[in-house]
Amino acid sequence: MSPTRLLAIARKELLQLRRDTRSLILAFLLPVLLLVLFGYAISWDVRNIRTAVLDGDRSARSRELIDAFRASGYFTFVDNLERPDEIGNLFDRGTVQVALVIPAGFAADLSAGRTASVQAIVDGSDANTATIVLAYSEAIVRTWSSRVQLQGATARGLPITAESRVWYNEELASRNMIVPGLVAVIMMIIAAMLTSLTIAREWERGTMEQLAATPVSRVEVVLGKLLPYLGIGLADVVVCSVLGVVLFDVPFRGSAVLLMAFSFLFLTGALGLGMFISVVAKSQVVATQVAMVVTFLPAFLLSGFMFAIEVMPAPLRAVSLLIPARYFLVVTRGIFLKGIGIEVLRTQALLMVAFAVAGLGLAVLRFRKELG
Amino acid sequence: MNPKRVFEMVRKEFRQIFRDPRLRGVIFVAPMIQLLAFGYAVSTDVRNVATLVVDHDRSRASREMVEAFTASGYFRVLGYAERPADIVRALDHGDAVLGIVIPPGFERGENSRVQLLFDGTNSNLANVARGYAERIVLSQANLPPPQVDLRSRAWFNPALESRDYNVPAVIGALLMLICLLLTSLAVVREREMGTLEQLLVSPLRPGELILGKSLPFALIGLVDMGLVVMVALLWFRIPFRGNPLLLILGTVLFLFSALGLGLLISSISNTQQEAFMSAFLVFLPAILLSGFMFPVSSMPRGFQALTLLNPLRHYLEIVRALFLKGAGVEALWMQLLALLGMGIGLLWLASRRFRDD
Repeated sequence: MSPTRLLAIARKELLQLRRDTRSLILAFLLPVLLLVLFGYAISWDVRNIRTAVLDGDRSARSRELIDAFRASGYFTFVDNLERPDEIGNLFDRGTVQVALVIPAGFAADLSAGRTASVQAIVDGSDANTATIVLAYSEAIVRTWSSRVQLQGATARGLPITAESRVWYNEELASRNMIVPGLVAVIMMIIAAMLTSLTIAREWERGTMEQLAATPVSRVEVVLGKLLPYLGIGLADVVVCSVLGVVLFDVPFRGSAVLLMAFSFLFLTGALGLGMFISVVAKSQVVATQVAMVVTFLPAFLLSGFMFAIEVMPAPLRAVSLLIPARYFLVVTRGIFLKGIGIEVLRTQALLMVAFAVAGLGLAVLRFRKELG
Repeated sequence: MNPKRVFEMVRKEFRQIFRDPRLRGVIFVAPMIQLLAFGYAVSTDVRNVATLVVDHDRSRASREMVEAFTASGYFRVLGYAERPADIVRALDHGDAVLGIVIPPGFERGENSRVQLLFDGTNSNLANVARGYAERIVLSQANLPPPQVDLRSRAWFNPALESRDYNVPAVIGALLMLICLLLTSLAVVREREMGTLEQLLVSPLRPGELILGKSLPFALIGLVDMGLVVMVALLWFRIPFRGNPLLLILGTVLFLFSALGLGLLISSISNTQQEAFMSAFLVFLPAILLSGFMFPVSSMPRGFQALTLLNPLRHYLEIVRALFLKGAGVEALWMQLLALLGMGIGLLWLASRRFRDD
C-alpha cells in the first residue's frame, strides 16, 4: 500500500465532491436542517391541547374546575358545546382533541359530599398524545379534588408521597434526547447517501475501467475514497454538537475527545458498509434503495433514536442487537447527558472497533477491479 | 395527446423497470421491510421499564408496593440493590431506567416519601413512566376516595394502541419515498445515458412524455398501497372503518403531488446522484413535518402553517381518518381539495420545466 497513491485517490474523490454542489449541500446543510427541525419544530412534548367543554352545570364550582385546566397551561379551549352529540363531528374534523363534560348537578353533588364525576372524552386515534392528555387531565382533577376535600376536612396525617427526580435530562425535553442521537443518524445518512454512490457511479459511468488501468490496489481505492467522507462526517459531528449545545442548550457533560474517538470508529464502519453496498449493487438506483433500508432506516427506527427498544416485540429487539447505531447511541447519549467515561463504555468500544474492522473488511474483500 | 403513444411509453418504462431483478426487489420487497420495521418499531407505548429497587424497610408494605409496580405491566423489576449508589451505577450504564428507594420506617408511617429516580435520556419514555409510577405509589396510600372522579374514554381507539395510529401513516410515508425517488431517478437516468434526446426527437409531446414517465410509478404506487393495506389489515389487524373508494381517490390525488415533486426534482438535476440528494432533502423534512411521528399540534404556529404546504400532511390526515374514524367526504373534502390543487400545480410546473429543456 502506497500512501501517495492512497492520497491521490482521496484527492480525486475530494475534487469530484467539490464540484458536486448538491452532495456538499446535503453533507453540511442536512445536519443543520435536522437540528433546527428537531430543536424548534417537532417534539413529543404535548402542549396546546385543543379542548372543548360541555358545562352542563354552569356553576361556580364547574367554572373553577375549568379554570384549573386552563391554568395548567397544557389545554387551549377552542369550543363550548351545548350537546354531547357535537363531539363526534369535532373529532371527525380533527378540530378538537379532548372534550371535557361536566354533568348537571356537579356542584350539588360536591356540596352534598357525594362523589361527583367528570368525563374526559379523548380522540384516541393518536394514542401517544391521547395517553398524555388523559394523564394530565387525571392529575389536574386529582389535585383539584384533594383541594376541595381539604377545604372541608382537617388535614390528615402523613400520606404516602412520591418524590420523582429525573436525572440527565431534568426538564424531560425531547431535544436533549434527540440531538445526541442525531450525531449517529447523520453519520448513517452520509454513509448511505454519499458513499453508497461512489463505486456504483464509477461502474455506471464507465470510469471504473480507467481506475482499473491504474496501478492502485483495492485497499488504496477503498481507503482513498473513504477519507474525504471521513473528514466530512467528523466535521458534521463537531457542527452538530456545537450547534446543539450553543443553540439548544443540550448539556455536554462528558469528554469531547472520547466522543470524537468513538465517532471515528463508528464512521469508519458505516462508510465501509456504504461502500460495500455500492460494490454489491453496481447501479446507483439499487445502491440508494438498499442503503436506505440497510443503513439509514435502522439507524432511525431500531436504534432507540426516537423509539424505545424495550417496548418493541422480541424479534425486532433481536434485530436491533445487530444495528451498530444502537450501541453508538448509548455512547453519544452517555457522553452528552450522563457524562460517563470509557470505564462504563468498554463494551461499546470493543463493538465499535469490531464494526469498523468489519465494515472496512467487507468493502475491501468484495471490491474487484476486474471488469464485467 | 395521443393515448397510443402514451401507452407505448408506459410499456417501455415497465419493461425497463422489471428487467432489473434488483429493482424489482426494491419496488416490492423494500416497502414490506419498511412496513414491518415501522409497524413494530414506531411505538410510543410504555411497557417493561427496567426498574431497580432499594428497599430500606423490608416490610410487608414495601413488598406490596414493589408488587404493585410489577403487576401494572409497565415496569419490570430487575431486582433489589443494597445501596442507592447501585441505582446510580445502573442508570449510568443504562441497565435500569427507574430506581425506587423505599425509606426505612415506611410501613410504620415514620417516613412515607418514596423516591423515584428516572433516567431522563429518553424523554418520552421517562415522562410517561413517571406518570404511571406516581399513580402506582399514590394508589398504595389509603386515601379516602377522591371526591371528584374522572371518567376517561378514548374514542376510535379505546385501547390507545399507538400501532393503529402509526401503521396507516406508514402507507403515506412509503408512497412518498417510492414515488419521489423512483420518478426523480427515472428521468435523470435517461438524461445521464443520453437516451433522453432519443425521446425528444420521437413524436412524443412533453405532456405525453411526462404522463408516460409518471403513470408506471403511479400504478406501482397503487399496487404498493394495496400490498401495504393488506398487510396492515391482515397482519397488524388494524381496523378499516372508512370507504375504500375514498382511500383510492385520496391516494391517486396524493400520487399526483408525489410524482409531480419527483419530476420537478428530476428536471432540475443532471445526474442521478443530484436527483437522489435532492429527493432526500425534500423527503426528510416532508416526513418530519407531516404529523407522521410528531403531532402537528405540538409544533410552533409558523411551522404548523408550513405543514399546510406538505402534501403528505393532508394525505396522512385522510388515511388516518379513514382507518380509525371512518370519516366521510364531508370531513375530508378540504384535504382532498388541497391535494388536488398541489398535484395539478406541481405537475404543471414539472411539464413547463421540461418544455423549456
